[in-house]
Amino acid sequence: MNGTKVDNPDVGELTAIARELRKKSLELIFRAGSGHPGGSLSSADLMAALFFAVMKYDSKDPRSPGRDRFILSKGHCTPILYSTLARAGFLSDEDLLQYRQINSEKFLSGHPHPKTPGVEIATGSLGQGLSVGHGIALAARLDGLPYRVFVLLGDGEIQEGQVWEAAMSAQKFKSNNLIAIIDNNKVAQDNLTKDLKDLEPLEDKWIAFGWDVHRIDGHNMDQILEVLDKPLHPEKPRVIIADTIKGKGVSFMEGEPGWHGKAPSEDLYKQAMEELEA
Amino acid sequence: MKDGATRDGFADALLDLASDPKLVVLDAGVSDSTRTQKFGDKYPDRFFNMGISEGDMVCTAAGFATTGKVPFAAGFACFLLGRTMDQILVSLAYSNTNVKLVGSHGGLAVGEDGPTAQMIVDLAYTRAMPNMTVIQPADWEEAFQATKALFEHKGPAYLRLGRPSVKGVYDSNHKFKIGKGHILKPGKDLAIFATGIMVQESLTAMETLEKEGIKPTLVNIATIKPLDVELVVEQARGNGAVIIAEDHNRIGGLGDAVTEALMENEVHVPIKKIAVNDVFAETGNAKDLFEKYGLSANHIVQTAKSILKK
Repeated sequence: MNGTKVDNPDVGELTAIARELRKKSLELIFRAGSGHPGGSLSSADLMAALFFAVMKYDSKDPRSPGRDRFILSKGHCTPILYSTLARAGFLSDEDLLQYRQINSEKFLSGHPHPKTPGVEIATGSLGQGLSVGHGIALAARLDGLPYRVFVLLGDGEIQEGQVWEAAMSAQKFKSNNLIAIIDNNKVAQDNLTKDLKDLEPLEDKWIAFGWDVHRIDGHNMDQILEVLDKPLHPEKPRVIIADTIKGKGVSFMEGEPGWHGKAPSEDLYKQAMEELEA
Repeated sequence: MKDGATRDGFADALLDLASDPKLVVLDAGVSDSTRTQKFGDKYPDRFFNMGISEGDMVCTAAGFATTGKVPFAAGFACFLLGRTMDQILVSLAYSNTNVKLVGSHGGLAVGEDGPTAQMIVDLAYTRAMPNMTVIQPADWEEAFQATKALFEHKGPAYLRLGRPSVKGVYDSNHKFKIGKGHILKPGKDLAIFATGIMVQESLTAMETLEKEGIKPTLVNIATIKPLDVELVVEQARGNGAVIIAEDHNRIGGLGDAVTEALMENEVHVPIKKIAVNDVFAETGNAKDLFEKYGLSANHIVQTAKSILKK
């Protein structure tokens, strides 16, 4: 299956894709000697569902006007993004060899840039993606196009005030084609997110900002598909709070701030790949 | 020649451009001051008042641009630029999105609102960013033409506008071109490179200087980046002395742009900057501020004389 989405997504197949994306992400990080494993592993199931069951796009025509948009607002998680874009046909396996390498032909930088096919905008400074996504959502309405805009945010990221500026804007303009997904893995670079600055009660905050709020287990493919398949709310933008585990699938990375942004040693890499295989 | 504020020239041009559906206009809750309200009243579907949240506005504009829209995002220069350096750097400059930032109320010319409202570092901010085009028109007509030129131009840009009404120096025969300076008055004794409201101050200064037998060349530099290096070098060489005039801090703006260009091209002539002398000003009307902080026509006259040792 190389190309776009699966026609009749099967939970088993999507779960297998997610596992494959996790392995590919770790491979990229290990080979590059740097990168961000924790938030890549936590968002793998969400990414598999978005790109292989939900979003409409044509990887051979990455700028087609009617495509659904995806923005990785938590821009440091390029391992999962590029792994996904490669599996979806935007990039080749050969391209992936140039991850974090100078002269990378597809510009596979540590953080995304639109020179890479499938990337809409540069991210890497947290807090900007929801506003960008909202601009695209407003343009869709002006152009009378039915596409949707998916923005993947980190939970630590929503400590940035601009996220809440965008939340107010989308409510004001009733931008129901904007869908924010929070990869709520509860761990940031320094510390547990709640100890940095607690986000809870998270659902209440988004409800108060006028959004259509859903909370799911971000590793349960049935729940992911169910919420992503819901028809758009008639007027509210939607936020999906996906409770996840940072470093999901690799025992020594799970829930550990220390695995936010570093590459494993060769021994640990082998162990991680074995665990993901199991 | 039409008198008026550059912010009005901009807003009138938006109305002229409105027939193209690619145009969208955003504002950060100050649309009566930036004058984008004129567009908003007529084209509410393509006008987005984002409220007092400049960072959100800048990135929303970037999102629009990724779809082929041409967004103009306006606000007070102080807050539009000051609050959003990161958003501009990542979502506009680095992403190379086709967004036009419009900062009104630049410089000490704002007057009584004081230093938090007197933006004197915006040219430095924007000029330092790769991919950015930086423009400051001299009068209503040039603001009108620059806005239209920016609509056609591809890439991120900053248009710096002023609050006060200024005397018109151009009529509709003017041919504004991005990246080109314009010789407003040819002379021989020294070259004055002026931008924005300092064009008017320079013209006033030249009346006095000419009476005293000094004949400067006045060059309007509306495009601060990319600088018209060829014209700057030619006029500096030809006139033999240089004054650079801007309502901005002396660090990072047109003064530095011209000085760098001359040094790099081995043009060794006397150079003086008329600019804010690396201080914060204070409250007061624009005229008094210009006198006290060294931006008035009188200062240009004195500086010209001292540079020519007359």
